[in-house]
Amino acid sequence: MADTAELTRNVKPETKSKFGWFVSDSLVLIERSIKHITKNPDQLLSVAFQPIMFMLLFRYVFGGAIATGGTSYVNYLVAGILVQTAAFGSTYTAIGVSTDLHRGIIDRFKSLPMNSSAVLIGHTVADLVRNTVSSIIMILVGLAVGFRPTATFVEWLMVIGILLLFTFAFSWLSAILGLFAKSIEAVQWISFVFIFPLTFASSAYVPTKDMPTPLRIFAENQPVTQVIEAIRALLVGTPMGHHALYAVLWSLGILIISIPFATYLFRRHSTR
Amino acid sequence: MTKRGNAIEIKDIRKSFGTLEVLKGINFVIPRGSIVALLGPNGAGKTTLIRILSTLLTPDAGQATIEGFDVVDEADNVRGVIGLTGQYAAIDEYLSGRENLEMMGHLYHLSKPDTKKRAAELLEKFDLADAANRPAKTYSGGMSRRLDLASSLIASPPILFFDEPTTGLDPRSRLMMWEIIDNLTKEGATILLTTQYLDEADQLADRIAVLDGGMIIAEGTPNQLKAKVGNERIEFEFDSLECLKKAEKIISNDSILVNEEKYTLSVANDKGVKKLKSLLEEFEKSNITVVTLSLHKPTLDDVFLKLTGHQATAEELAEEEKEPKKGKK
Ligand SMILES: Nc1ncnc2c1ncn2[C@@H]1O[C@H](COP(=O)(O)OP(=O)(O)O)[C@@H](O)[C@H]1O
Ligand SMILES: [Mg+2]
Repeated sequence: MADTAELTRNVKPETKSKFGWFVSDSLVLIERSIKHITKNPDQLLSVAFQPIMFMLLFRYVFGGAIATGGTSYVNYLVAGILVQTAAFGSTYTAIGVSTDLHRGIIDRFKSLPMNSSAVLIGHTVADLVRNTVSSIIMILVGLAVGFRPTATFVEWLMVIGILLLFTFAFSWLSAILGLFAKSIEAVQWISFVFIFPLTFASSAYVPTKDMPTPLRIFAENQPVTQVIEAIRALLVGTPMGHHALYAVLWSLGILIISIPFATYLFRRHSTR
Repeated sequence: MTKRGNAIEIKDIRKSFGTLEVLKGINFVIPRGSIVALLGPNGAGKTTLIRILSTLLTPDAGQATIEGFDVVDEADNVRGVIGLTGQYAAIDEYLSGRENLEMMGHLYHLSKPDTKKRAAELLEKFDLADAANRPAKTYSGGMSRRLDLASSLIASPPILFFDEPTTGLDPRSRLMMWEIIDNLTKEGATILLTTQYLDEADQLADRIAVLDGGMIIAEGTPNQLKAKVGNERIEFEFDSLECLKKAEKIISNDSILVNEEKYTLSVANDKGVKKLKSLLEEFEKSNITVVTLSLHKPTLDDVFLKLTGHQATAEELAEEEKEPKKGKK
């Protein structure tokens, strides 16, 4: 590689393994997707203000009206808001993927000598970063308005692990939505149709025991409730049961199915 | 890397979308270092062919090789030697011009210093240096298009595909783009570009392939294509209908075209300057006043009309109005 003119005239320098290039391409595209957050005022706003707004609204508007057993409402609330924000945040992957597909840039990525599924990794990992920032803000705001976690250091680590795993799983599901949607606008409402019921028909804001039976059965058995209950148990000591196990199994299950499926859809997209 | 055969070889490529047969057996070769324009009206299948050659679309039948690599079986190798500028701008509008180029450099697996150097070079060359650090979404149409083109050049790939590189650009940006493309061939790149503009193909290409109805209906140098339509014509404009009529009588035995409203008459110039001189002498003798005289070289519009039986541009416009072009999926 002495002569740069020669280098640029030729094909890629084969200095890394296929996997090595995959990692380095993914890092480049993760950096790109993170720049989309930092350079987009809308996204920055939603990262910072949405959690603050939700925390304050639920804490002060519903706080007195909802019976949450032995726990104070603010202690009950934090797990719900953390998980709901992660679920809503994952729709950015759908929007990002769909935008790439419907603008010409996908053609350029696919015409490059790289594994183009790095594009999906870029979006989903950027979601993790965004959600981590949101979560930290939320917890700080929660602490300011009366949230008093009892979690030990190890329990905090488990909270972080479960939350990241869940976020990642939902981002990959969201990538599939983005790949199916016929337009960028369609992504918005498909995501809402999908995420609203999952997050509100859960134990995020009210205990499931007071819900009508069919709704209660759905709410108690769907992944979002399992994740919320696991995180709540870890944070403030509500009964754990098998929630942590189910939360992890659900997230892993979603990942195991959605990563290959999204990758397949992405590769196949418009090549026929 | 060993280089076998021509830069691009296309053999009997076919592609249908559902029942719509878009490419019905395309054949041609592009020698290394030449620039070929694929000329055809909207919907002719130009983008489809470019997408097949750049490995984005799988052909139904036939074979194509780029620098000896098969576009289907050796797609990865093909991707290492091509640069694509698609019909729709492929830039990331949140990133700045520089960030766009550097991202592409990294994805082409250039080293960090090479990427930086090359990006700066291209920004300078494509007149984007002043806007280098602004988000691309603030760029004008011409600037976006130049950044788009620059992105495909970051690794100096030897084979370049430009799909309608000047569509939608203002005349100044268009001229600038022509100059850029012209310089690229001087640097030795092999270029396949598509265009709906006949003058563009004429201006830029060594060879032109005319695509219509899923087939290449004509192929050759701009001059060969023009020769198919006939020779240069001489056009005279007279001061009155009377003069026009007199002139018409004098040269009645030739193939002439007369426009009685504009008092013009044109005649095939098969004997060059001699013919012109003798005609002018005869007009002089008969007291016919010639107001203007012009040489009319056949344009590619004439070629298209002759080859397809329809005028390229008029047909497109009519089509556009009936049914706005569907975006690609
Ligand atoms: N993915 C697709 N699915 C269905 N039809 C398509 C698709 N892509 C292109 N077409 C159709 O194929 C024809 C040729 O399209 P295209 O290659 O884009 O033409 P051009 O680039 O010459 O304008 C058009 O009729 C277009 O509508
Ligand atoms: Mg096209």
